[in-house]
Amino acid sequence: MASNWFRFAAPASFYPLAGRLIPVFWILTGVCLLVGLYWGFFQTPDQLGGSNAQKEYYRIIFIHVPAAWMSMWLYVVMVCWAAIGLVFNTRLSFMMANAVAPTGAIFTFLALWTGAFWGRPSWGTYWDWDPRLTTELILFFMYIGYIALHSAIDDTRRADRAAALLAIVGLVMVPLIFWSVNCPDPNQCAALHQRSNLTQIEGNILFSMLAVTFGFWMYSFATTLMRLRSIILTREADNTWVQELLVKGGRA
Amino acid sequence: MLFSGLDFAVAGGTLLHVRGANGSGKTTLLRSLCGLFTPDSGEIRWNGESTRRLGEDYRRDLLYFGHLNGIKADLTGIENLRVAATLDGDRVDESAIWAALARIGLVGFEDLPTRMLSQGQKKRVALARLILSNAPLWVLDEPFTALDVGAVDLLETLIAEHVAHGGIVVLTTHQEVGLTSGQVERLHLGS
Amino acid sequence: MLRVFWCVLLRDLTLALRRRTDVLTTLFFFIIVVSLFPLGVGTERQILQILGPGVVWVAALLASMLALERLFAADYEDGTLEQMVLTAQPLSLLVLAKITAHWLLTGLPLVLIAPLVGMQYHLSDDAILIMMVALLLGTPVLSLIGAIGAALTLGLRGGGILLSLLILPLYIPVLVYGAGAVTASGIDMADTRPYLALLGAFLVAALTFAPLASSAALKISIE
Repeated sequence: MASNWFRFAAPASFYPLAGRLIPVFWILTGVCLLVGLYWGFFQTPDQLGGSNAQKEYYRIIFIHVPAAWMSMWLYVVMVCWAAIGLVFNTRLSFMMANAVAPTGAIFTFLALWTGAFWGRPSWGTYWDWDPRLTTELILFFMYIGYIALHSAIDDTRRADRAAALLAIVGLVMVPLIFWSVNCPDPNQCAALHQRSNLTQIEGNILFSMLAVTFGFWMYSFATTLMRLRSIILTREADNTWVQELLVKGGRA
Repeated sequence: MLFSGLDFAVAGGTLLHVRGANGSGKTTLLRSLCGLFTPDSGEIRWNGESTRRLGEDYRRDLLYFGHLNGIKADLTGIENLRVAATLDGDRVDESAIWAALARIGLVGFEDLPTRMLSQGQKKRVALARLILSNAPLWVLDEPFTALDVGAVDLLETLIAEHVAHGGIVVLTTHQEVGLTSGQVERLHLGS
Repeated sequence: MLRVFWCVLLRDLTLALRRRTDVLTTLFFFIIVVSLFPLGVGTERQILQILGPGVVWVAALLASMLALERLFAADYEDGTLEQMVLTAQPLSLLVLAKITAHWLLTGLPLVLIAPLVGMQYHLSDDAILIMMVALLLGTPVLSLIGAIGAALTLGLRGGGILLSLLILPLYIPVLVYGAGAVTASGIDMADTRPYLALLGAFLVAALTFAPLASSAALKISIE
């Protein structure tokens, strides 16, 4: 059983597996997003909140919150792959971390963008130095830093390891940064964002939020695997199995 | 992939001469021996133990001489040697340093920053580390380049002495090195 | 251990003293940046008093970062860094010595020049005192965290710009509490203690982890 798992740690055997999985993930993405967005737009209340009611525009939540969740989750995923790569010196893990980064950056950007559109009607401004918003921006810088460092180093080996170390340092620092912007005055703390508590959310809203999150997750799988396949091809271009693949592809 | 399937052992009192065309991986092999480069697979052992596991204990027994001289241009020769000796973990013995300076023929230049010295003289300062070192394993990457005739003779003598005392020298060079005792082994990289 | 630490520290200080201009450039960069702000935002006493702490800290971040690029670069180019990696000494100790020398040459002068800068911004004596203490605690953290970035970007084209992209976001906690302490001193001196305590905690944490991370980064970069 164990040998089966290690078989897929080799890029050559993972490549075709990824190819078979990608359509599955795309279908799941489509289904989840359709269900989630339909439910979010038509099966949820028009008003939200008690004392400071949020009107129709609150429906941005169905994109905003899942995107923010995914942006943080993908960073953790990226750091995990990077750490596995550093410890076990496995090529595929580094490639995985590499493939996750752009998707993570896109979700971070999406969360910031939708946040600005939500902020305009509800806070009266596109941007505010709210702790979570600021931290999301920092997270975006982290992704950009990872990608920039990786692309600045020509030697793939060094690029992989250096970027991995940076990602790990970033993971340590992000909570600290969040804490410092959340609580700039250690004598007292305040924040614009409402405290979130999943149990207080209305069932329909929670359902569609989770459905979209799941859809985003499947989307991450699909895009990451697609990117991973192209990374594998570029890096293993000199290997015989890629050459054989090219010959086969040319004939078909 | 530069090389694979390499398997060799070197005993004390041996000079291992690594040969091969340009780009055949001589420098990479030497850097791997030192632990400056991690090979994709394989292990390097020192006295039967993995050099990775030995870490500092292995590096204490090792002296590496690379393409770069490894001396600071703004420090004088004697300051450079003092720092190198301290970092090697030795008690700095002033008389030994002066003796080394005398042997490389730089007495009289000890107060000048090495930046003011000629290429060959800088190389001699770097060579003085070999004289001061107690490490049994020397890894020398193209040590003969940019040396004048006198320095070449000096280096050959140093290598011969080291091997005669039971040390190991692994080096890449395009010239033959004569030994007084001990044995020469050759390793050819590339096809 | 201590002997090796001293040896590297003295070596770096000696080298810097033979290239005095490098040290002075950082200091003058700091002074110029701080002096330009009043010309941009107006010289009104009250505005300057509000902006002062933040401006000084941002200028300190930029100055310490500019100097970071040279932290390992010179040793990398002449091969002495390679030799350091190969000595029987723990690399993180050597790195710590280099960072200490770097801070003595670029961080400490900023602390000492702070009263002069404080006067430019009409800060009170209390505020200046707190600013000096905060800088004294905060600038070593900047050098320590920055060393990781300097090690990662070693020998890269355009390493300086990249370094700022990687490292500046990580400086935020120090910036927030460093500038916050000075602002708080205007209200009540007792309020500044939690700020300084936090900066001290950052310093201890950075002293523990940053040399390890930097030496790991150096090993990656040297390969």
